[in-house]
Amino acid sequence: MSEITAEQVAHLANLARIALTDEEIEHLTTELGQIMHAVEQVSEVATPDVPPTSHPIPMQNVFRDDVVGTTVLTADEALAGAPESDDSRFKVSAILGEEQ
Amino acid sequence: MSDELIRLSAAALGAKLASGEVSSVEATRAHLDRIAAVDGAVHAFLHVEGERAIETAAEIDRQRAAGAPLGPLAGVPIAIKDVLVTKGMPSTSGSRILEGWIPPYDATPVTKVREAGMIPLGKTNMDEFAMGSSTEHSAYGPTHNPWDLDRIPGGSGGGSAASVAAFEAPLALGSDTGGSIRQPAHVTGTVGVKPTYGAVSRYGSIALASSLDQIGPVTRNVLDAALLHDVIAGHDPLDSTSIPEKWPSMADAVRRADVSGLRIGVIKELDGEGFQAGVRQRFHESLELLEKQGAEIVEVSAPHFEYAIAAYYLILPAEASSNLAKFDSVRFGLRVTPEGGGTVEQVMSATREAGFGPEVKRRIILGTYALSAGYYDAYYGSAQKVRTLVQRDFDAAFANVDVLASPTAPTTAFKFGEKMADPVSMYLNDIATIPANLAGVPGISLPSGLAPEDGLPVGIQFLAPAREDARLYNVGAALEQLLEARWGGPLLAQAPDLSSHELTATEEGAL
Repeated sequence: MSEITAEQVAHLANLARIALTDEEIEHLTTELGQIMHAVEQVSEVATPDVPPTSHPIPMQNVFRDDVVGTTVLTADEALAGAPESDDSRFKVSAILGEEQ
Repeated sequence: MSDELIRLSAAALGAKLASGEVSSVEATRAHLDRIAAVDGAVHAFLHVEGERAIETAAEIDRQRAAGAPLGPLAGVPIAIKDVLVTKGMPSTSGSRILEGWIPPYDATPVTKVREAGMIPLGKTNMDEFAMGSSTEHSAYGPTHNPWDLDRIPGGSGGGSAASVAAFEAPLALGSDTGGSIRQPAHVTGTVGVKPTYGAVSRYGSIALASSLDQIGPVTRNVLDAALLHDVIAGHDPLDSTSIPEKWPSMADAVRRADVSGLRIGVIKELDGEGFQAGVRQRFHESLELLEKQGAEIVEVSAPHFEYAIAAYYLILPAEASSNLAKFDSVRFGLRVTPEGGGTVEQVMSATREAGFGPEVKRRIILGTYALSAGYYDAYYGSAQKVRTLVQRDFDAAFANVDVLASPTAPTTAFKFGEKMADPVSMYLNDIATIPANLAGVPGISLPSGLAPEDGLPVGIQFLAPAREDARLYNVGAALEQLLEARWGGPLLAQAPDLSSHELTATEEGAL
């Protein structure tokens, strides 16, 4: 499988919304390469005839009646841990930058 | 009196509370005093409830005095791993990004222990978001192993295991995604159980990897684990992966403790190279004891277990990278605004950069990579296939045996810093515990002795088919009886007396 580059790690960090420093990117590039090398042995036994398993216990989809439950938070409770709120809403900074 | 109270098992303490010999206030006070005396050295707790715990205990005492029907653990104090959200108590999951967050609701297992009349003492330390095997990845500093303060208490639930090993709490709640209950039990001489996936609700458990996580008991003996298991298990409509069927009593299985005719399979692949000599020695001595009691020991092969770690370290980061997206600086936790301001996306990125530790960043990036277009089939897809193969290994083994056995982890507790520089060697520590999570089957770790070469605790692990958790309690209780008869008491009676020789460290820690 392909080698991991610093550009790739920077791209992944952007996708994952983590503002990594250059030093962290450099460090992670080496580490990810080592880890991926260690885990790529899964492909040795993952032949086309083996079905994938996503969940350990086979289960059916679960439905419930569309009614309000007893564990619903009030707006105040939901907002209590927010870094910033305004009346009954979460408050965030601008969605679009100046150039957008 | 106080020292006597903290050394009681949860079951014995519950009996004394029921008979009125001791009040819950006295029992709770004794544990809070113990925490004050030794936790500066052990650092098992991130938050201690203090007087609020005393108030809760007083309320249980009032209910008892009024003749209310109470369960066997009513009035018994309990420590709670910080991965579980607790109404009115800080919940950080060991991360800086949740520092100071007070959740507005309780996780279902917390609701259940409160309903059982248990007294939450506080929240226990853990590797950040349960990513680790040593608590060295906690944002709030590591927990120390009560057997040797220079060594790791296991992880991620090192805080819960150390709290019960140091007699700061009679029992605790943990979570096990790849061994985070069982491996700390192994290195601290305690008991830990990972129930069948779906046996205990995950509602309110801060998710690491949703298809692997399971909440379970952390205790000093098998009966206490069973009693706590009986409290927390059961269907929860708030967790759609919760198993709807009713469970038999695990405490009854402990009281049965009969291994005559039980077929125990020894997993060949987890009994050789890479396992410390003393770990294997205690493991085989335990098997011989069980054999003398009428159990049949057979060797079984699980040829795909060697691929389990690789699959796990693809599946876990993939699920974690998605689960941890919720830490976005909007609804709870930390918010860091870049100098001069920024868009919500820039604020999010700055917050996650400041709020997550190195191991969390490593796994999020790894998971994002494993899930990205072009690599998905080769990595995540292949890992899911290995999961099928591991399940087939279990199915084949359980067609011939009732339970499987292995050492819980390859080595005794290692020293701080020993594996921090090499993530891959840290990951290998979970080799014996991970397969159970991939297949959803239950597992128990209980002490099998001290390794002769270093005098540190060693655990033995039993695994059972999904939904057959009671088999673990039956065999675990039988072995515990046999070993304690040989040792002349519980293994933890041989642990160093923290109250005398660690007082100085505690005082230093407080400065």
